[in-house]
Amino acid sequence: MTTISNVAAQDSALPKVRVDLLPLLLVPVLALLMLPLIGSFPTWVTLTVAGLAMGMMVFMMASGLTLIFGLMDVLNFGHGAFVSVGAFTATLVLLPMKSWVEADSILLNLSVLGLAILLAMLVTGLLGWAFERIIIRPVYGLHLKQILITMGGMIVAEQLIHVIWGAEQIPLQLPTTFRGAFIIGDAALEKYRLIAVGVGLTVFVTMFLVLNRTKVGLLIRAGVENGEMVEALGYRIRRLFVGVFMAGSALAGLGGVMWGLYKETLTAAIGGEITVLVFIVIIIGGLGSVGGCFIGAMLVALIANYAGFLAPKVALVSDILLMVTVLLWRPQGLYPVAKR
Amino acid sequence: MSEPLLQLEGVHTHIGQYHILQGVDLLVPKGGITVLLGRNGAGKTTTLRTIMGLWHASRGSVRFAGGDITQSPTPEIACAGIAYVPESMSIFSDLTVRENLFLAARGVKSADQMDEARLEWIFGFFGALKKFWNQPAGTLSGGQKQMVAIARAIVEPRKLLLIDEPTKGLAPAIIQGMIAAFRELKQTETILLVEQNFSFVSALGDSVAVMDGGRIVHSGSMAELTEDRDLQHKLLGLSLDTHQ
Repeated sequence: MTTISNVAAQDSALPKVRVDLLPLLLVPVLALLMLPLIGSFPTWVTLTVAGLAMGMMVFMMASGLTLIFGLMDVLNFGHGAFVSVGAFTATLVLLPMKSWVEADSILLNLSVLGLAILLAMLVTGLLGWAFERIIIRPVYGLHLKQILITMGGMIVAEQLIHVIWGAEQIPLQLPTTFRGAFIIGDAALEKYRLIAVGVGLTVFVTMFLVLNRTKVGLLIRAGVENGEMVEALGYRIRRLFVGVFMAGSALAGLGGVMWGLYKETLTAAIGGEITVLVFIVIIIGGLGSVGGCFIGAMLVALIANYAGFLAPKVALVSDILLMVTVLLWRPQGLYPVAKR
Repeated sequence: MSEPLLQLEGVHTHIGQYHILQGVDLLVPKGGITVLLGRNGAGKTTTLRTIMGLWHASRGSVRFAGGDITQSPTPEIACAGIAYVPESMSIFSDLTVRENLFLAARGVKSADQMDEARLEWIFGFFGALKKFWNQPAGTLSGGQKQMVAIARAIVEPRKLLLIDEPTKGLAPAIIQGMIAAFRELKQTETILLVEQNFSFVSALGDSVAVMDGGRIVHSGSMAELTEDRDLQHKLLGLSLDTHQ
């Protein structure tokens, strides 16, 4: 008997599924277009890798937010709080275990970074659970109140960080073996940026597999499109909400650790400062779209790096200009998510 | 009449400041098709959404299979055995036909575990679904999307199907196919069908209830209503002749 899953493949009369490749091509096309403008191939490689690394870190912070908005219709302006809390929580591991950070051993360095990430994700995930229950739940469906209360939540979180860790900047040391750069030809590829690219790609691939290959992932995608129908099929969307909020918060925490180590100093405002960029990325990508968020993050970061090199004054507004251009082309973002 | 599977007694539903259902009394017997007729705004869709728990009754009771579901949350009502096909179909357009049906099959953990015999039974009604099995549902035509929506409701056995205006916006040829499918379906399923297309439901319905102004104003057998043109005119402002 023919298996049902193979039927479509055997039928040559099937209409082709339209795959929208244009946004996917934007990143390589942009990079290639910049090569002649930059002039030097090694400089272009360095800038491109730096842009991709920054893009991956922004993606980590933004991916949770786009899912939270898509599934729960919640405008969480307090998302940056999880970035800050994640980065500061990492200091609870990185500072006391300074000997592992300073050790010239990749194993110890990776272990200490892994521990810091694990603790940060655990704390921000739990904080996300509390944030959803106490702050978000009373304002479902009320966008204005969501904006006000989540911004308020972020201010409270920043002040709590001041209370716990003090108002001074905290220097965050990169583990020894992550310092420096690989020199390939004349191009310098910073090790930590390559690690950030690796972590970002791992997050993206994991999210892609979960969203496309698991029932929970399909429920999240279906819930983004029509939560009411997911409930009518017998699933408690509230549990999905909580799970996604916790995962999104934990991802922001992960992004916070990576971003904090990238900047090598921490202030309580680290999350608030990145929030605008994160919102630009999810708007460019299409609210609720993880794939769009990934491309949006790469575009924003690459353009910021290229513009910083070619025309530093333009770099100050490059992300806004990019957002305006994308929205003029596709008003719903690169990959708009179908809504009921 | 056999024992009712679903019973609404004096159900009132408010949506914001609007008082939509104003004391609905409705019996749905086990087996066959009960048709809910009425003009636009009579409260048919609100009745289905109230049964499904998407809007909660402010007064009255909804009993299903012997239990009170008046204030039950929607997922609990679905798990009790009621499937819902909304007027808007509400298929997940980013998901394939296969994934749409997989999500409705609560009892399985992977799409490969779906009951193949039941899927073949569904493909017997809606052959296009087999053809478009791995297509994103959003790329299908309106009629095919309706097939996905109904297939999703019957991918696992359910005690009651609530189906809201399945022929809305569909071409006559597709409606004929749908009539044949519903004739088959009613042999095994209990269906509460909301429709405005009288010629469609007159060929299918076993019992009928007519709504007006948020209340049931007539209930009886479909055969009786089909034969009585004066009653049709009185209740619906039409007769079968003019509506065909």
